[in-house]
Amino acid sequence: MEGGFGSDFGNSGGGKLDPGLIMEQVKVQIAVANAQELLQRMTDKCFRKCIGKPGGSLDNSEQKCIAMCMDRYMDAWNTVSRAYNSRLQRERANM
Amino acid sequence: MDSSSSSSAAGLGTVDPQLQHFIEVETQKQRFQQLVHQMTELCWEKCMDKPGPKLDSRAEACFVNCVERFIDTSQFILNRLEQTQKSKPVFSESLSD
Repeated sequence: MEGGFGSDFGNSGGGKLDPGLIMEQVKVQIAVANAQELLQRMTDKCFRKCIGKPGGSLDNSEQKCIAMCMDRYMDAWNTVSRAYNSRLQRERANM
Repeated sequence: MDSSSSSSAAGLGTVDPQLQHFIEVETQKQRFQQLVHQMTELCWEKCMDKPGPKLDSRAEACFVNCVERFIDTSQFILNRLEQTQKSKPVFSESLSD
């Protein structure tokens, strides 16, 4: 994320900005930011659900719980996304 | 290049209309995504007990209701603020722009 923003950001030499290149790079950065956002929130939620008292290692049952929690968090994310999207569709139809 | 784009880009000179459209679309998409992250986190607390082998229908219904009520709450607050602003303005200038 750091670096390359000012120097070569959509700049294919000659000081002229290439819109196509900028769009590509912005898309990549958005995808990275979204993945980080998801990772951070998922880690927080699954840590709370699965790690009661932090022990000497991440034991087997904790790993199983985390794996399950990750899958459920993705299900929840997709459910929320679908619900929000259909709400927007409904409101647009009522305008 | 295009004289019609002169009003929108302050100090940037000419802005590629295609690029400008791209930014607008991506900003909208990002707003949507951001709210999905926020609501997932919020509704997770309300709807998720112990993560099981699949998302059961009760939890799924809870998530859907949670999203609907969150948006209702947001709209209710916005409407009520507007109403109270009309009768007795609390924020004289700060909310007007």
